[in-house]
Amino acid sequence: MNAAIVNLTHPDHYLHWGFIQLSLANGIVIVAMVLVFALALVLPFRSRGRSGR
Amino acid sequence: MTQTDLEVKKDPNDAAPQPGDERMWTARVRGAAVRAFPPGKLLPDRQPSYVASWIYIFGVLTVAAFVVILASGVVLVVRGPSWWHISKIGLYFNSIHLWAVELFFFFMVIHLWGKFFMAAWRGRRRATWITGVVSFLVSVGAAFTGYISQQNFDSQWIATQAKDGINSTGVGAVFNVLDFGQMLLWHVLLLPVVVATLVGVHVLLVRRRGVVHPLPVRGTTVDPGS
Repeated sequence: MNAAIVNLTHPDHYLHWGFIQLSLANGIVIVAMVLVFALALVLPFRSRGRSGR
Repeated sequence: MTQTDLEVKKDPNDAAPQPGDERMWTARVRGAAVRAFPPGKLLPDRQPSYVASWIYIFGVLTVAAFVVILASGVVLVVRGPSWWHISKIGLYFNSIHLWAVELFFFFMVIHLWGKFFMAAWRGRRRATWITGVVSFLVSVGAAFTGYISQQNFDSQWIATQAKDGINSTGVGAVFNVLDFGQMLLWHVLLLPVVVATLVGVHVLLVRRRGVVHPLPVRGTTVDPGS
């Protein structure tokens, strides 16, 4: 059996915010998606300088 | 001159039917296909200038992840569970399949956000939006049946937790999450075919209607239909 990169033999970490309960792993993914979305909006896109219509 | 001679002289690249063949179903279907998807529209060389933004790449990234999912899934199907559970290469392909799914949803959600905030259903693009939404929902089902096809404690936990929810909807009689054979077949055949079909139609609709224009600046009007 191959060992996992991280220790998985413990309960997952959870974030509690009022009635919202979110696993830390899912929280990290959601934050990463928001971050990538924001970067996609603000980062300049290097095109070849040839535009269509 | 024989009929065969006439057929040989016709340019095979010409979509127009020969005189007298206009009412044949092949000519009508071909004509409708060429009118809906002329080659320059089906695979254009250039895109409008406003497409030069990173926010427009997440659709094609989603499709790229989907291709990896299908390819790695085919490898897993060919070699079988005893391979993907035990051998190192099998575990590697199993991981590729899993992480491609993670990236698929990651990219698809950002694609969804981008299209939602640019109101991408404008300009007769409702069908494009709807096929995208349905693709997303069916993909959730495909991922779910994948998670309960893992053959480990995780899949047993997910299946037993999900059965009450599924049963409460009334479909548990025909969609039994505790029936491993049924879930595996839905995962490896039925749902991938549905997702691939929907994604194909979605991409064709994007080609037909084009990429939606940016929202107009306040106080101005822009026709999003072209």
